[in-house]
Amino acid sequence: MQSEWKFTAKDIVEKPDLFMSGHRACAGCAPATVMRLIMKALRGPTIVTHATGCMEVVSTIYPYTSWAVPWLHTAFENAAANASGIETAVKMLRKKGRIKYEHVDVIAIAGDGGTYDIGIQALSGAAERGHDFLFVLYDNEAYMNTGIQRSGGTPLGASTTTSPAGEVIPGKLEPKKPIADIMVAHEIPYVATASPYYWRDLIAKVRKGLEVEGPAFLHVFAPCPRGWRSDPAKSIELSRLAVETCVFPLWECINGEYQLSAPSKVLAMAPQKKKPVKEYLAVQGRFRHLFAPKYEKLLDEIQRITDQRWRKLLKKCGMAVV
Amino acid sequence: MMKSVEQKTLALNGNEAVAYAVKQSDVDVVAAYPITPQTIIVERFSEYVANGEVETAFVCTESEHSALTACLAASLTGARTFTASASAGLALMHEMLFVTSGCRAPVVMAIANRALSAPINIHGDQSDTMAQRDSGWIQIYAENAQEVYDSIIQAFRIAEHPDVLLPAMVCLDGFQLSHSVENVNVLPDEVVKKFVGVRQYPMVLTHEGKMVPLKLDPENPMTMGPLAFPNYYFEFKRQQEEAMKVALRVIREVHDEYAKISGRSYGDGLLDSYFLEDAEIAIVCLGSTAGTVKTVVDELRAEGIKAGLLRMRTFRPLPVDGIKKVLGHVKAVAVMDKSMSFGGFGGAVFHEVRHALYDLDKKPFVVNYIYGLGGRDTSPMQIRGIYNDLQEILAKGRVETPVKYVGLRE
Repeated sequence: MQSEWKFTAKDIVEKPDLFMSGHRACAGCAPATVMRLIMKALRGPTIVTHATGCMEVVSTIYPYTSWAVPWLHTAFENAAANASGIETAVKMLRKKGRIKYEHVDVIAIAGDGGTYDIGIQALSGAAERGHDFLFVLYDNEAYMNTGIQRSGGTPLGASTTTSPAGEVIPGKLEPKKPIADIMVAHEIPYVATASPYYWRDLIAKVRKGLEVEGPAFLHVFAPCPRGWRSDPAKSIELSRLAVETCVFPLWECINGEYQLSAPSKVLAMAPQKKKPVKEYLAVQGRFRHLFAPKYEKLLDEIQRITDQRWRKLLKKCGMAVV
Repeated sequence: MMKSVEQKTLALNGNEAVAYAVKQSDVDVVAAYPITPQTIIVERFSEYVANGEVETAFVCTESEHSALTACLAASLTGARTFTASASAGLALMHEMLFVTSGCRAPVVMAIANRALSAPINIHGDQSDTMAQRDSGWIQIYAENAQEVYDSIIQAFRIAEHPDVLLPAMVCLDGFQLSHSVENVNVLPDEVVKKFVGVRQYPMVLTHEGKMVPLKLDPENPMTMGPLAFPNYYFEFKRQQEEAMKVALRVIREVHDEYAKISGRSYGDGLLDSYFLEDAEIAIVCLGSTAGTVKTVVDELRAEGIKAGLLRMRTFRPLPVDGIKKVLGHVKAVAVMDKSMSFGGFGGAVFHEVRHALYDLDKKPFVVNYIYGLGGRDTSPMQIRGIYNDLQEILAKGRVETPVKYVGLRE
């Protein structure tokens, strides 16, 4: 599947922002950048719906809004059910000649809590029913809006307020749930991962997700300086480092066929360029305890799991495993 | 009987009457999830869809939570929407009931009333809807399958009225109504279609100073379901309460307009009185129980006893003035509750009726009877027992046990 849409940096800059300034996101918030990039990929009439979460809360404080598109929030666990209702209504109203639009794109946006955890039932149901919508997961790897509690998307070893690094427990004991693979298992036509450092790749993938008929799922990596205890100036660098260390590889799965996206493909072709996970972990306060002698072994475990997942991905992409 | 349009008589159970009414009401989106005793509604309706008898999209969701969410989102996109549920399903919707009314989405829902777990029980009582009485939904309780049919059609008009814009549930007693076949007179398709009309949207002022229809529309972008802090939240809630007050009027108007077409009326649409004018003792109840009570009232009247019945058709909004008016002169009133309010003083209907009568200078004695939980049958003899109790209260001039249970092992 190849999108017809070709764009330059100038096109993107000149395209009006549909996620506008004035929102109350924290300094260095990558999710806010992700929202802006998503909205640059729109191709026509669009309705956006949000799960409860950071981006919902910071962008729609009554009587203000950052959204220049019709936008709906109803609850936490049901962004995909919102999308189901919107998409179904548009189709039927169109059929009855009660709206003028030939087609309306529907985008559901949720954080990791609203996707991995409380939102997975509605998401799975909507995917199974085959609604034509794009679900974007912005993954900042914990419940940041409520104060940094662990989710199914929190990585192994991360200290959060409900998986704190203590005297006997080294932060979160479980690795991230492979959410994008779970969505691939739904046999939907388009699943992809993206990172805001690779903004062209991200925008192109949003567009593909809109163009495809049926459900599409985009997993976007989105650093949170507050929750990750990282430098607010480094969020986009972290988005790059996560890809370069293979902590968050970039790929697409189109009709069941996996393929690496360019930034990760480079690493598959030239494994010497792959950076050690430590480089990524060392710049985040949430992993600070792993660098004390007591919990050092977990660093090796994180590297081992990262490598194992990378090898599995390479196999799925039909790439030689080195 | 008023002059009305010619109608067909069909043998329908309450659930089928719902499905038939929805079929005729030009609904755009139905989203639902199965639960006993509601399932027949969505089964029948999916048959209409499968046979091309309706122009409605049917979304068979993975839960009641998503069913109501999908209806809510479709409604805000401009569609006329319907769903049905009961018991645990309605309880699972709890969160979304408040969101639906808070978003002012005129979703219509049929509830085949059923007990709540535990222990699990599929039979009829009103615990499920009484537990949702503060969720901001209009609640109409039907007495029989005919009224179920009529109320569903009316509910779309009431809910979508621009001055109301509130979701509405039509409640039918599980099994007693949902599964009992009755003769139901149905209006011709085109008459119903004309009565419900095409959904209209109130016009609202955007921040750009434009008047636009209130719905998710790419040409007129609008943010719905925002975050409201303490500086605004309270006003949203106050407006919902105001809409409920308006609904009291609109329910009556829609009921009267429908009565002219169909020849059927249910009191004033809010309260349905039976021999109350000169009654000394009266029962207040909701739903199908009224049929049994009416039989007993007939018997008592034949014996010269001044007994009456008030069936509350509309429980939300509560017709306070009407309750005062029709019960004010009665000497002793027994309120029947088919649900519990654990740790409270009697059941929910009792609370409301007694509360409404408090301001009267001369108040009737008001007592409470909890009955029928988990589908336990309530006989005419037991109803007679309640009227006997009321006579005894009048004879003694005082109430000894304000809250009693009907047909219960103690």
